[in-house]
Amino acid sequence: MKLLFKLAARNLIGAGRRTWLNVIVLSFSFIIIIWHKGILNGWESQAKNDMTEWETGGGQYWQSVYDPFDPFSLTEAHSAIPADMDSACSKGNMASILVTQGTIYPGGRIQSILIKGINSNQKVLKIPGALFESDSSEIPAIIGSRMAADNRLKTGDLITLRWRDKNGTFDAGEMKIIGIFNTNVPMIDAGQIWLPLDHLQKMMGMPGEATILVCKKDSKVIASDAGWNFKSTELLQKSVSDMIKMKSVSGAVLYLILMSLAMLAIFDTQVLSIFRRQKEIGTYIALGMTRFQVVGLFTIEGSLNSVLAAILAAIYGIPLLALQASKGMSFPGGSKDFGIVMADKIYPSYSLELIGITILFIMITTTIVSYLPSRRIAKMNPTEALRGKLQ
Amino acid sequence: MRKIIIPLLLLCFSLNAQNPSAKDILDKIDKNMSSESRIFTSKMVIHNKRNTRTVESKSWSKGEKKSFSEYLSPPREQGTKMLKLDDQLWIFSPSTDRIIQISGHMLRQSVMGSDLSYEDMMEDPHLLNHYTGKIDGEEKLGDRTCWIISLTATSVDVAYQSQKLWVDKDRYIPLKKELYAKSGMLLKRMELSDVIQIQGRWFPKRILFKDVLKEGEGTEFIIGDIQFNAEIPEYILSKASLKK
Repeated sequence: MKLLFKLAARNLIGAGRRTWLNVIVLSFSFIIIIWHKGILNGWESQAKNDMTEWETGGGQYWQSVYDPFDPFSLTEAHSAIPADMDSACSKGNMASILVTQGTIYPGGRIQSILIKGINSNQKVLKIPGALFESDSSEIPAIIGSRMAADNRLKTGDLITLRWRDKNGTFDAGEMKIIGIFNTNVPMIDAGQIWLPLDHLQKMMGMPGEATILVCKKDSKVIASDAGWNFKSTELLQKSVSDMIKMKSVSGAVLYLILMSLAMLAIFDTQVLSIFRRQKEIGTYIALGMTRFQVVGLFTIEGSLNSVLAAILAAIYGIPLLALQASKGMSFPGGSKDFGIVMADKIYPSYSLELIGITILFIMITTTIVSYLPSRRIAKMNPTEALRGKLQ
Repeated sequence: MRKIIIPLLLLCFSLNAQNPSAKDILDKIDKNMSSESRIFTSKMVIHNKRNTRTVESKSWSKGEKKSFSEYLSPPREQGTKMLKLDDQLWIFSPSTDRIIQISGHMLRQSVMGSDLSYEDMMEDPHLLNHYTGKIDGEEKLGDRTCWIISLTATSVDVAYQSQKLWVDKDRYIPLKKELYAKSGMLLKRMELSDVIQIQGRWFPKRILFKDVLKEGEGTEFIIGDIQFNAEIPEYILSKASLKK
């Protein structure tokens, strides 16, 4: 076996330019597959981390009627916070959010929005509730940068807010933008405003009531109370997982093209080798090698391409990928408006598992592709092969 | 004694006839403006910042809770139908051949960019059922002398907690209406004109709605033909009629 490897390596290196062309193409596949997967992994972990910090926390309790995809549910989706959850809120282990609908009139235009109230002293989410500590006579509100950009609003602006209280009666008042926060999570930014919870409860006539209770990350889950349903972080972040899964599938098309090019090159090289090296094959057999040992030799020769490609990819790829991992990858400004959680810069994440699986995948594929044309050797007549007669 | 009391009583009656109470006025307004049922054609002229659009429709309504409208023009909206039963509204769009349901807050959205919400367009509330009134004074609107009446809601579940009406003293028709939020902020203004007599009642054929919080010149609602207390077959006010 050792002899086969030695012989295969010498033959491969001896093939010169042909081998290096194959190796270079295959090394590109290595780098691009690892880089693309790394970007997706980095995006997923950043998005989930941002969602945990800004939106989902360590899971949420939803008022039983609440359905974020059904605006009809919002008028009924509120009820008194149960005592144990209220105590968790006071201890800082939970944040309570009341959600309702309203209308703002920025610059004389009419715009439907979600009004969300959150307790100002909460530390569960990164929403800067501390900004509410202002003694303004108007309704104090904070908004996200997307909402500010979409409606051309800035800190200190006064706009009219119209809403309906729990009885359906119209009410309106002047609202002051007291702060603008920057987040990568559009679900808590676009088309919504944040008010102090007690202020919103008063406006709506719903004292002590909430729609969503957000648990602190890694805090113990309270047994689900009647009227409140627990939603785990995994469930709340499922949209991100699904999106990345979908992106991975579409990325597989790219891998397929790259791998096809590399494998086609290896397949051609193998076919050509078997055709041109018939005398050599005959000599091996004449010297006592079995046909299957010769098939093995040619297969090892082909699969060694992937080993050389892995080494070459490591030489130029490690510095390149490391540089990208430290500098990150910027996306165009407009990509924020797609409504998906995406940071300004994505830092790729390359795990050992990712690198290992990629190497294994390429090696196995190369070995299979190298073996397929080599099978012809087993059917060769050694005497005629020795003569160099075409078979 | 009798010589004094009888003329005094007569004087009181005649004064009462000249200055009816706010309740009497509201009652008379309801008699003019509301009906058990009505069928009418209308034109909605929406004055936007950039352009003006006209939407024509035919409507059937019964009481305060049930109404059905079908858009007749422009071609893009032709065939669109709206059905309101209680606080739920269904819209049928012929281009998609689908019925969508609108309820809750979405009923307060503007209809086709106008100053009217779905609720404003399809509701016909009796003032006396929801408000108590107080006469604040008199004012001339054009050549008509009007009472200024402040309305305060009698229950907490009324859309507008207070309203202000300018009521024509001779015809018992509001010529101007202001609708206020609970906080007292003015939300909408309506100007009613082209008052004509139909089936023994006075009725305004043109209403200019203005959402005062929004820029623009408002939306004109012009009534064409109208029939009060007309017989409306039950199937018209049902979901089955949306796709017919």
